[in-house]
Amino acid sequence: METIPVIDRAGGRLEAARRPRKRPGGTTPAAARAAAASVAAAPQAREGAAAQPLTSLAKRHLLGIQGLEADEITLILDTARAMAEVGTRSIKKVPALRGKTIVNFFMEPSTRTRSSFEIAEKRLSADTLNFAPSSSSVSKGESLLDTARNLEAMAPDMIVIRHKASGAPHFLARHCRSNIINAGDGTHEHPTQALLDAFTIRERKGRIKGLKVTIVGDLTHSRVLRSNLFLLATLGATVQVCGPPTLVPVGIQELGATVHTRIEPALEGADVIMMLRIQRERQQGGAFPSAREYFNLYGLTRERVARARPDAIIMHPGPMNRGVEIDSVVADGPGSVILEQVANGVSVRMAVLYLLAGGTLGELAS
Amino acid sequence: MANWLLEGGRVVDPATGRDGRFDLLVVDGKIAEVRAVGGAGGRGANGAKRRKPPAGVTVIDVSGLIVVPGLVDMHVHLRDPGMEHKETIDTGTRAAAAGGFTTLACMPNTDPKNDGLAVTEYIVAEARRRGVVNVVPIGCVSKGSRGEELAEIGDMVRAGAVAVSDDGAPVSTAFLMRMALEYTRFFDIPVIDHCEDRSLSASGVMNEGPVSTALGLKGIPRASESVAVARDLALAEMTGGRLHLAHLSTRASLEEVRRARARGVRVTCEATPHHLILTDKAVAESSYDPNTKMNPPLRAEDDRDALVEGLRDGTIDAIATDHAPHHDDEKLVEFDDAPFGIVGLETAVPLVYDRLVRSGQITLTRFVEVLALNPARILGLAKGTLAEGADADITVIDPARVRTVDPKRFQSRSRNTPFGGWKLRGWPVLTMVGGKIAHDADASPRR
Repeated sequence: METIPVIDRAGGRLEAARRPRKRPGGTTPAAARAAAASVAAAPQAREGAAAQPLTSLAKRHLLGIQGLEADEITLILDTARAMAEVGTRSIKKVPALRGKTIVNFFMEPSTRTRSSFEIAEKRLSADTLNFAPSSSSVSKGESLLDTARNLEAMAPDMIVIRHKASGAPHFLARHCRSNIINAGDGTHEHPTQALLDAFTIRERKGRIKGLKVTIVGDLTHSRVLRSNLFLLATLGATVQVCGPPTLVPVGIQELGATVHTRIEPALEGADVIMMLRIQRERQQGGAFPSAREYFNLYGLTRERVARARPDAIIMHPGPMNRGVEIDSVVADGPGSVILEQVANGVSVRMAVLYLLAGGTLGELAS
Repeated sequence: MANWLLEGGRVVDPATGRDGRFDLLVVDGKIAEVRAVGGAGGRGANGAKRRKPPAGVTVIDVSGLIVVPGLVDMHVHLRDPGMEHKETIDTGTRAAAAGGFTTLACMPNTDPKNDGLAVTEYIVAEARRRGVVNVVPIGCVSKGSRGEELAEIGDMVRAGAVAVSDDGAPVSTAFLMRMALEYTRFFDIPVIDHCEDRSLSASGVMNEGPVSTALGLKGIPRASESVAVARDLALAEMTGGRLHLAHLSTRASLEEVRRARARGVRVTCEATPHHLILTDKAVAESSYDPNTKMNPPLRAEDDRDALVEGLRDGTIDAIATDHAPHHDDEKLVEFDDAPFGIVGLETAVPLVYDRLVRSGQITLTRFVEVLALNPARILGLAKGTLAEGADADITVIDPARVRTVDPKRFQSRSRNTPFGGWKLRGWPVLTMVGGKIAHDADASPRR
C-alpha cells in the first residue's frame, strides 16, 4: 500500500496517511468539492499528486473506533488540530454548525465528557439540548426505543449518547435518522476518548506509529481500553496491556495487545503509560482483595515509572483514584499529560461533530 | 374422518427402516397401509394403471416430496398460562403445525408454573380445545421451580406430564437433582436439566470470548454449562435415574456425555438449530441485535463444529428448538436488558434441512431420528414413526421449495428470530396430526 507523508503546519512529520481506499457509495459531490478545496487550501503538504488524502468523513455515525480506517482517524486528528486554534481566539466560536440541533443524551453520570461535548457544540454554534435520566421520562420507565422515537420526532441533527448498556448507540442508530455519536457505551467503546488520547500522544510525540504504549488497570470493564486498542492497533503502535488476571478479559490479545500480569515488565521501555480507573465496586465482585493490595501490585509509583523511557508521558482518562491506581506524585508529576487530555477533548469532539455534519478539512482551513 | 392416500412421496422412517417411494394410506387417523410404489397394486413396471384408491379416500400427490413421521419438538415454551402476550397454546401449536411439528413438549415455566395437577390439567385440556398439534406437558422438578423441594410429580404424571424440568433455571442444588433423579425412577420419566452454574454465568449475556471482549458484553463461560453437566452425570450414575440434558452448546459438555455413556450412564441430550448453525459472531455481525441473545448463548466456531459432529456420531440424540417467544416490547431493548430466547418452531425444518442435510453434514435418516424418532422415545411417546397402526402424524417436506424467512408471516404470536431474511431451501408443506390436516402450505396438489 502506498503511503503519503503528511506534514503538519509546524513542519513536523505527523503521520503516514494511507491512500484512501475506494469507499462504498463512491465520491459524493460534497466530497469532490471538498477534495478540490483541500487542494487549494490544504494544511498538509503533499508529495505526489496521485493519492488524495481524505478530507471528509463518509460516515453517518461514530459508534466506535472499530470500523474506522487509519486515514479516517488521521483526518479527525488533523481536523482537531485546526479546531484547537479556535480555542485560542478571544471569541471562541465559529459558525460551522449554526442551525444544527444536537441532543446530549447522557444516561450515565459524566462530568468531563458531557461538558467537553457541550463546549465543543457551543464553539461550533450548534443549538444544544441536555438530557439526563433524572430529569427525563426515562425515570418514568420509558423504554430506550420510545425515548429514541420521541427524540427523533423533534428531528435533532445529532444525538450524543452515553449509556450503561454496550450497544445502546447501535440501537439508536437502527431507529433514528440523526447522526449518532457514542460518548461511552457500557464496557464497549468510548471513541472520542481514544481520539483525544491519540491527539495528545501525537502532539507530544509527533507520531503514533511505532510507539510502545502500556495500558494498566481494569481491562475487563474499560471502554477506554477497547477504543484505544482498536485505534492504536490501526495506527501502528505496539500495545502492552496489564492488569490482575481477574480483570483481563478473555481473548484480549486477539484485539492486538500483548498481555502482562506484572506491571514492571509491562512498563519496560514504554513511550506512553495509560492508567485505567479501578472501579471500587469490582472489589466487591471479588476481582481483587483490597485497594491496598491493588496499589501494592499495580499502582503507578515513581519507582515503576522509572522503567519506562525517560520521556514517557503518563495518561489517565479520569476520574482518578489517587492512591489506588496512581500515586499523586506521578499524577501531578512532570510526565503527566492528564489535564492536556481534557483540554484536547474539546478540539477532538469539535472535529468529530464537524466532520459528521459533512464538514471538510479543506473548508475549515480556508 | 377424512381418509387420505399420500401418493408417490419419498418416505423416510428410520423406525421401520423404510427409505424409498411409498404410498401411505391413512384411515381413521392411523397409518393403515404403507406400500411400495411400483409394488403389488401400484404402478407396475410395465406401466400398468395405478390402483384405484378405496372409496372415501382423498388422494394427495406428494411425488417429489419427502414424507416423514410428524416431528416432535421436546423443548418449547408455550407461555400459556400467564404470558399470553408472548404465545398461547393456540398460536404456539399453529406455529408448530406451520413448521412441520406434530407434537410439542412444553416447559413448565409458565405463570403460575406447571408444578402441580391444576396447571398440568389446564394445559392438557386447553391443548385439546384449541391446539392443532399434540401437546404433552413437562412438569416442574421443584415446587415453583424454586429449587427447594420436589413438586408433586406423581400428580402431574397422572395428568399427562411426560418429564420434569426446572427449565429457564437449572436444578439448583446437587441434592435436589439427586432427589429428582431417584424419585422419577418410579415413573420412568426423564429429568430434563438446563445445565448452568449461575455463579459462573452470573449476569453474562453472551458467550465469553474474543467477541464478547470486543463488544464489551459480559460473558457466559463455557464452563458454566460443562460443570453442571458433569455434576448431573455423576448424579445420574449414582442414582440410575434418567437424565436428559437440554440445549447443550459446548464441546466440553459433549465430551462429558460421551465419557459418561461409555460408563453406562443413562443420559440423552439435545441441541438447538441455532446452536448448530450460528456462532457468537452473529451478535457482532447483527450489531447487538437482541434476537441473537439466548441462554445458553451462541458459542464459538469450535463448539458449533463439535455439535454438528455430535449430531452425526449420535452423541446428540435430538434437535429441539427451545422455542422461546418474547414480545417486541420486551425484546427490542438494550442487549443487556433483553430477555434470553428466540422462537424456533417455524424455522427449524428449513434451517436444519438447508444447512445440515443439503450441505451433506447429516443424512435425511438422521434428520428424522433427531427431529422425530428419538425425542418421541426419550419422552416415552408412541410417535416418531410411520409404521402401520401408528397415529397418522405426518410431515411432508418439499426439498426444492425456496423461501425467505419472514417473521411477519409467523403463526407464532412473537417474531423474535435472528433468521429473518434468510433464504432457505426445504420447507414443510403439509402437516397432518392424527389424520387431520393441521397445516397446508398449498404446495400439495390434490386430485
